[in-house]
Amino acid sequence: MVTCINDALFPDTGRNVVRLLRRLGVEVDFPQAQTCCGQPMVNTGYLDEAVPVLRSFVRAFEGYDAVVTPSGSCAGSARHQHDLVARRSGDEGLRAASRETSQRVYELSEFLVDVLGVEDVGAYFPHRVTYHPTCHSLRMLAVGDRPLRLLRHVRGIDLTDLPGANECCGFGGTFAMKNSDTSVAMGSDKARHVRETGAEVLVAGDRSCLTHVGGLLSRQRAGVRVMHLADVLAQTEPSKVVAS
Amino acid sequence: MTGTFVGMPVFPKAAREAVGDSQLRRNLAHATGTIRAKRAAVVGEVEEWEELRLAGAAIKENVLLHLDEHLVRLEESLTKAGATVHWASDAEEACRIVGDIAAAHDATEVVKVKSMATQEIGLNEALAARGIDAWETDLAELIVQLGDDLSSHILVPAIHRNRAEIREIFASAMGEVGRPAPDDLTDEPARLAEAARLHLREKFLRAKVGVSGANFAVAETGSLVVVESEGNGRMCLTLPEVLVSVVGIEKILPTWDDLDVFLQLLPRSATGERMNPYTSVWSGVTPDDGPQEVHVVLLDNGRTRALADEVGRQALRCIRCSACLNVCPVYERTGGHAYGSVYPGPIGAILNPLLKGVGHDDQTDSLPYASTLCGACFEACPVRIDIPSVLVELRSQVVDAHRGGVPKPEAVAMKAAGATLASGRRLGLAERLAGTGIRLARRVGARPWTQARDLPDPPAESFRAWWRRTGGDER
Amino acid sequence: MSTREEILGRVRQAIGDTPRPTAEVPRGYRGVGEGLDRSAVLARFVERVEDYRATVTRCRAAEVAEVLAAAVTGRSVVVPPGLPWPVPGSVDDTGQSAAELDAIDAVVSAAALGIAETGTVVLDHGPGQGRRALTLVPDLHVCVLGAAQVVAGVPQAVARLDPASPQTWISGPSATSDIELDRVEGVHGPRTLHVVLVDDL
Ligand code: SF4
Repeated sequence: MVTCINDALFPDTGRNVVRLLRRLGVEVDFPQAQTCCGQPMVNTGYLDEAVPVLRSFVRAFEGYDAVVTPSGSCAGSARHQHDLVARRSGDEGLRAASRETSQRVYELSEFLVDVLGVEDVGAYFPHRVTYHPTCHSLRMLAVGDRPLRLLRHVRGIDLTDLPGANECCGFGGTFAMKNSDTSVAMGSDKARHVRETGAEVLVAGDRSCLTHVGGLLSRQRAGVRVMHLADVLAQTEPSKVVAS
Repeated sequence: MTGTFVGMPVFPKAAREAVGDSQLRRNLAHATGTIRAKRAAVVGEVEEWEELRLAGAAIKENVLLHLDEHLVRLEESLTKAGATVHWASDAEEACRIVGDIAAAHDATEVVKVKSMATQEIGLNEALAARGIDAWETDLAELIVQLGDDLSSHILVPAIHRNRAEIREIFASAMGEVGRPAPDDLTDEPARLAEAARLHLREKFLRAKVGVSGANFAVAETGSLVVVESEGNGRMCLTLPEVLVSVVGIEKILPTWDDLDVFLQLLPRSATGERMNPYTSVWSGVTPDDGPQEVHVVLLDNGRTRALADEVGRQALRCIRCSACLNVCPVYERTGGHAYGSVYPGPIGAILNPLLKGVGHDDQTDSLPYASTLCGACFEACPVRIDIPSVLVELRSQVVDAHRGGVPKPEAVAMKAAGATLASGRRLGLAERLAGTGIRLARRVGARPWTQARDLPDPPAESFRAWWRRTGGDER
Repeated sequence: MSTREEILGRVRQAIGDTPRPTAEVPRGYRGVGEGLDRSAVLARFVERVEDYRATVTRCRAAEVAEVLAAAVTGRSVVVPPGLPWPVPGSVDDTGQSAAELDAIDAVVSAAALGIAETGTVVLDHGPGQGRRALTLVPDLHVCVLGAAQVVAGVPQAVARLDPASPQTWISGPSATSDIELDRVEGVHGPRTLHVVLVDDL
């Protein structure tokens, strides 16, 4: 599951997930019928509107062993919200199918560490990096330090702690628009903490949060790039490329 | 007299003003930062903390699902202990009961222990209308009352004030209602606390009627419990001849032994102490000790409405510790006033709509959206209220309450999005336009986003289009 | 219909016909602190009471009278009925008004028990402890407690206490955190708390 935001705005992150998983020997497919997890609707209160989205979600991922997504938020939505939507539909069949599907959904770092059992994915990234554990990865999914374990194994990386890391960046889906002033106030504090680390790159497991904090950093001309965890893990040592 | 929250603007508007107030943001960041660290330290000390949370949640859940039985039992034990039990359906009825009791004793004033229930029902204003002064005796409540201000935190209503502001308020306002502040008052917290001691002592010593709430009411024994720090609670509960306690019907614990969970959970979650300085426990009247006339007002005021909400019901487990406020990143930026209620912060964002119902006024309807759903509140809550899930549920209730009328632009957009996202093919078509969309948004607006944040450059092709073209093959 | 019936009716309607399961309450926390060594419990009690900036004196039963005399020296002092120790110069509780108590500097009382984990003393206002106002209005509270009365934690305390009598749980002198959430000692309750722990009682 590439997620709607990566599909439309950050296709490179999707491509990096594919590259990374194939490098680790996983057979990857992208079912074209997939769209979105429905979270934007659910979190805004539009449950009826999310029902057809859930139907297409369940249909699209039928028959796969694992549904891997580079987003803690979307994985969290599948695991914690889909039942709500299914219940709303009143369709017991959909409820059962959605429950079955959500059990196969993994956030990328969970899939790598728990299913594949790897922490060293053979990545190379010689930059100063700080990591923001997004709220849904941290608290809804409880991915714990899996992303950090993956990052620590990246060769050449200079990983530095982010002060106040566990605090929300202020994105919050439609919160970013409905309560834009508060959202920006929170994001600005996050951006300040990022700048304090002296990192060149801010890494997180959710593109949505990165778009928000990245948008602020870019407006502030902070000179800090934002990258998805998958974008970093997909990088390999250039010498190897040359050698092959 | 303390103001009221009536007519407050919707959350985003109120929040905008608060976020722009740099003094307020500094005060809040300092105060919430302090309390977060203290709480973390004393919670970390208790190995069995998670089990205590589970126990707390289970006990309260059991109370709620058997509330009718527990209420009857509580009434029985209270009556047996010599208390008079009253029932109040709403704020008006509760205020009338308290006012009648005070009037029956020709009281022109009452002393009050900090109580959320009495604030919720606007008791002070109702008593004032009958010519009865209600003196707040908790230090923070006193600051709010003297400053003609609104409370902005459940536990520390004057959290938005720093010491210099408090000194100003004491120096200028104490003299109007009693013993003035000492002339040489400084902004040292110890001096400020002493000024409050001197100012209030005369009121404690002469008051005929005390008014309180209760943190817990034990059904089995009729024990009421008040947890406090300063001793103002002990004064109000002990010295007057008459005591009236206004208690929300959800405050019940089934048995005396259950207190062993809550007297551990509450102080550590609230002020970040192993134990608060004073906890008072009493049931009814004790001969020759304390008030000889004791009343308990059992208050509904929307609680049965909340109880009927299967998802939202858990909000009634709340023990008003305010841990959720202190860890909330939104609260830290906006403060409590933006929530327009005596219950601010994450718990306020769910409790107010649950007590009042949604779909009637925009202010209440805006509260469930006053959150990023980051989950910090759930993690901190000693009785495990899943606030994010209740927020999401309430959002759907807000949306449903407005279905059928003229749809708002957001509803139209959501409907369209739902239709597009129901099919990969349709989404693929839409994405061809998305690049255009971003470019357009850059030019004309999406103002709420772009006023402080850049938008990313649109990609040349979507992931979907790339996959279709290449099958995911990079070579 | 009375308001009582109305509210109970609304409660029943709100809960509805849904089954009313009673959730299992985990009670493992009650075992915590059980096996602790006595001297460790007492040491913790002292440390935690002092942590609130209260004074603790440890002594033997034979020394209590002397310790009390020193603690209240130079002050007017009131004692509750049934206090087992003499306090020189003290007046008895004769039902003084609050205003009269306000003119007295100190009070000496016994206690029902102490809690090590939280540094708390609990009064149940039985013999030697007095009515509630007595230990509230004077500015110095000297509280005498036998070592055998100190329990490990809150669960042990709750189990021992009888809810039929009123209780006052005291953890340090009166304090407030209402100014910038910083703890300041000394508001309305006694501004000084002095706990006397008697090792052989
Ligand atoms: S919701 Fe939970 S954390 Fe918030 S005040 Fe209530 S009990 Fe405390």
